[in-house]
Amino acid sequence: MSDTTQQPMLSADGRPLKQSLARALRRQKIRALLLIAPLLLFVVVTFIIPILSMLFRSVENEIVSNTLPHTVVALQEWDGTTNQAPDEEVYRHLYFDLFRAVESKEHTKLGSRLNYEQTGLSSLFRTSGRSLDDLGEEYQDPLEEIDPRFKEGAFWYEMLNGEGGEELLESRRELWRMGVGESMAGDIGFVPSAQMAEMLPWTTRAYTDFAIWTVIDDEDVVAEEDPWEAVYAGLAQDLQNPETITAISNYSGPGAEALQAAANNVDKLPEVNFREGFAKIKEDWASPEVWSTIQVFSANYTPGYFLNAVDLELTPDGVQAKPENQQIYMQLFMRTLWMALVITGACIVLGYPVAWLLANLPMRVANTLMILVLLPFWTSLLVRTSAWKVLLQQQGVINDILVWLGFVGDADRLILMNNATGTIVAMTHILLPFMILPLYSVMKTIPPSYLRAAKSLGATNWTAFWRIYFPQSVPGIGAGSILVFILAIGYYITPEIVGGTSGIFISNRIAYHISSSLNWGLAAALGSILLVVVLVLYWAYDKIVGIDNVKLGG
Amino acid sequence: MSEIIAYIQRPNLYTFTMPVVAVLGAVFGFITGNIYGAPAIGLPIGALIGAALAAVLAQIISIKPWKKIWGAAAVFAAVGAIFGGFAGIVGGLVVGVSMSWFAIWIGSGKYRAGVPNYYTPAQVLWHNSFLFICALVFFFLIAPLVPVVWLSFNAEDFFTFTPEMLAFKAEGYSLKHYYDFLGSDEWMVPLKNSLIIAPIATIISVSLGTLAAIGLSQSHVPGRQAIMAILISPMIVPLIISATGMFFFYAPLGNWLQASLGLNQAFVGYIKVILAHAVLGIPFVIITVTATLVGFDRSLTRAAANMGADPVTTFFRVQMPLILPGVISGGLFAFITSFDEVVVVLFVGSARQQTLPWQMFTGLREQISPTILAAATILVTVSILLLTTVELLRRRSERLRGLSPG
Repeated sequence: MSDTTQQPMLSADGRPLKQSLARALRRQKIRALLLIAPLLLFVVVTFIIPILSMLFRSVENEIVSNTLPHTVVALQEWDGTTNQAPDEEVYRHLYFDLFRAVESKEHTKLGSRLNYEQTGLSSLFRTSGRSLDDLGEEYQDPLEEIDPRFKEGAFWYEMLNGEGGEELLESRRELWRMGVGESMAGDIGFVPSAQMAEMLPWTTRAYTDFAIWTVIDDEDVVAEEDPWEAVYAGLAQDLQNPETITAISNYSGPGAEALQAAANNVDKLPEVNFREGFAKIKEDWASPEVWSTIQVFSANYTPGYFLNAVDLELTPDGVQAKPENQQIYMQLFMRTLWMALVITGACIVLGYPVAWLLANLPMRVANTLMILVLLPFWTSLLVRTSAWKVLLQQQGVINDILVWLGFVGDADRLILMNNATGTIVAMTHILLPFMILPLYSVMKTIPPSYLRAAKSLGATNWTAFWRIYFPQSVPGIGAGSILVFILAIGYYITPEIVGGTSGIFISNRIAYHISSSLNWGLAAALGSILLVVVLVLYWAYDKIVGIDNVKLGG
Repeated sequence: MSEIIAYIQRPNLYTFTMPVVAVLGAVFGFITGNIYGAPAIGLPIGALIGAALAAVLAQIISIKPWKKIWGAAAVFAAVGAIFGGFAGIVGGLVVGVSMSWFAIWIGSGKYRAGVPNYYTPAQVLWHNSFLFICALVFFFLIAPLVPVVWLSFNAEDFFTFTPEMLAFKAEGYSLKHYYDFLGSDEWMVPLKNSLIIAPIATIISVSLGTLAAIGLSQSHVPGRQAIMAILISPMIVPLIISATGMFFFYAPLGNWLQASLGLNQAFVGYIKVILAHAVLGIPFVIITVTATLVGFDRSLTRAAANMGADPVTTFFRVQMPLILPGVISGGLFAFITSFDEVVVVLFVGSARQQTLPWQMFTGLREQISPTILAAATILVTVSILLLTTVELLRRRSERLRGLSPG
């Protein structure tokens, strides 16, 4: 006896019982987790990550800095409040950045992105993209006149190919990768010469960009292709620098002769002024407004979409309200919440008596009547929506009956559809089962004897109901309401079909931005706000009812 | 208490039955008069007819009530036929049946059958109005489906009733929309897509979901609340948000599958939609199966292990047959979720993966054709079958649960 109290208890295999039990428990935990793991992984990958990617999208704004990497950096020093356009350096970077963007057709995407913030930028980028070649040709033609070898792709290749420029090559490749969003991996067959990179920095950079794009995207050989106009512009830019001229005169590598010819005839080249060049393409480039928009949205992450989603905008002067006529989202949010509330209210009013009846009838009758609730519940949403379209349209069943009965003239049939009425009526019908079922399951647990007891103590029917029965059914109302409300504020199909313009929800706007206006960031921001609202409601639901109590189909 | 209710007193004919029926008659008279533009004349005539009907029916005691009702209905239909042709017959039948039934129901005192003897008249009135309100709500739930089924047999390409249909003439009806549905690629391809996507998605969600539900129902699961919240989340998050998120994530995922695994585009499209639908169905499987497992008697698995069965055998021979009703009804929920789903497939799928609801949605939004209604009727039939199955399974499950101890 004393042994058992002194020494630890042993299990059958001789281990201490405590240890053995702990091991069994651990095993059981691991087994449970292993059973759950595949599904958890599946849900995380196919659902949670997509939701997170939406949240990320709503603030992500890398397109500006990815497409115009150097411009954005150069623009940081510019002070937008001076009401002066930025200096030449910014325009120079813009030219080379934009040239790459035009080659990869990314500039139109950037234009559309910035157009959400300032109208007109989309067309500005589009037009500039088309005229950008002309700007380079201004230098290409004189250079080719000075020395015809500048016409040949092979000559350029020979001149700029070399060694030591791997670092430059990789940094340019990285820029492409970010700008285009593809891996851009592979052998280029070209390494910029370190010497040239030092002597002709703009030329070498432009040529390296050209080489990477030619090989990876066009799948051509660098040496056989004529370089972009940007390379000529780069050379012209380099020749502006007196130090470069001196360096060229001491240079004796490949292409030295042609370079020296160019250096000696600099005066034949038009003076390089990208600022004027851009102003010539479109005057807007000289306006500080365009630049301040680019500057404000050059950060990688922006609150801009969220601000747009609540009718604010980000301007160089800070956050401001949008002009009155563009404020639609707050109104739409309010309408969504208001209509969801009305639908929830209608569901309570219609569902409460029915749930009470079902809960208090004999089982057999209740089960039969329950089918009338479950049949719509199981019927396709599209079927019920088309049913309401049949009923509510102007030549529809309800109007026909009213006209036949003489209550409504044939000429002035009621407009029941394509407005808020249509959405509310149809959605009340569609969501009513979601109210009745939780109400029913709560009412089922209220003993009928309480009501009888109250009455036998002298309460009137109304007092007995209001003071005794109703408080006990409140959890059911809460559960049903939150379920209906959550479902209602996210509805898309029914408002789209019977809602017209005045009966649509925020979800229809999200779908519009996804499929028509392609403003995905704004769609993501609207979705994120809606998600937060729903999660708060869900949290409340969990507090009131608990998720374990969710019941389906009675 | 029952003997108190059993004795039903007939109310006084002149002070109660006749006035009450006259009120209903007045309502019908008002509506009928309104059709001819003279509600003020219809109202008193209807009241008189109602009172007269109540009086007449009260005098005839020898005939059974249902014969009285049909007799009165026949008279009303005949009168209706004289004034309003075919519509008059239908209207007459409706008015005749409801008024004579009401007169007998009031006259015989049956209106007090459901309430205790001591109820005041106001309480009786409230009780019956309450039942009437509930009947209206049930009508509201079911009635909208009737015109859909009816109109799907329309001989014309209209979304509305034609005079021939209302006159019940054979030429107003046809099965042509069903032939359209069954005979055109426009509908058969989406149906085929739906029948490919929904079952595969269901299989994925049921198999993974059942395993996880069994894991969740073990007594010691670390972080159960959090895991449950994650697994239920596809049901809580509004579809439009799920669809938006999936739209952003599945497009690069699809590109990656195409580029790195060399799968063709159509196949990847199906994979995307199936994965999306599978995850939407999972909460339903989890909820129904965990609910079934609550009633599952754990000593049965211990007994099986005791007799030498390994866990896999125990699962398939002992546990699975008992929780099968829950698994199947969870599967049916998952199936209907996928089969009925539009938003996600609109965002994630391409034209090749067009499903039946998608086709109905575009149909409703753009070209209106009663073929949609034929499709809808077929779907209603399917949902009735599914409902029956779930109901039978639920009863079986309750029976099994009732039998198992604990």
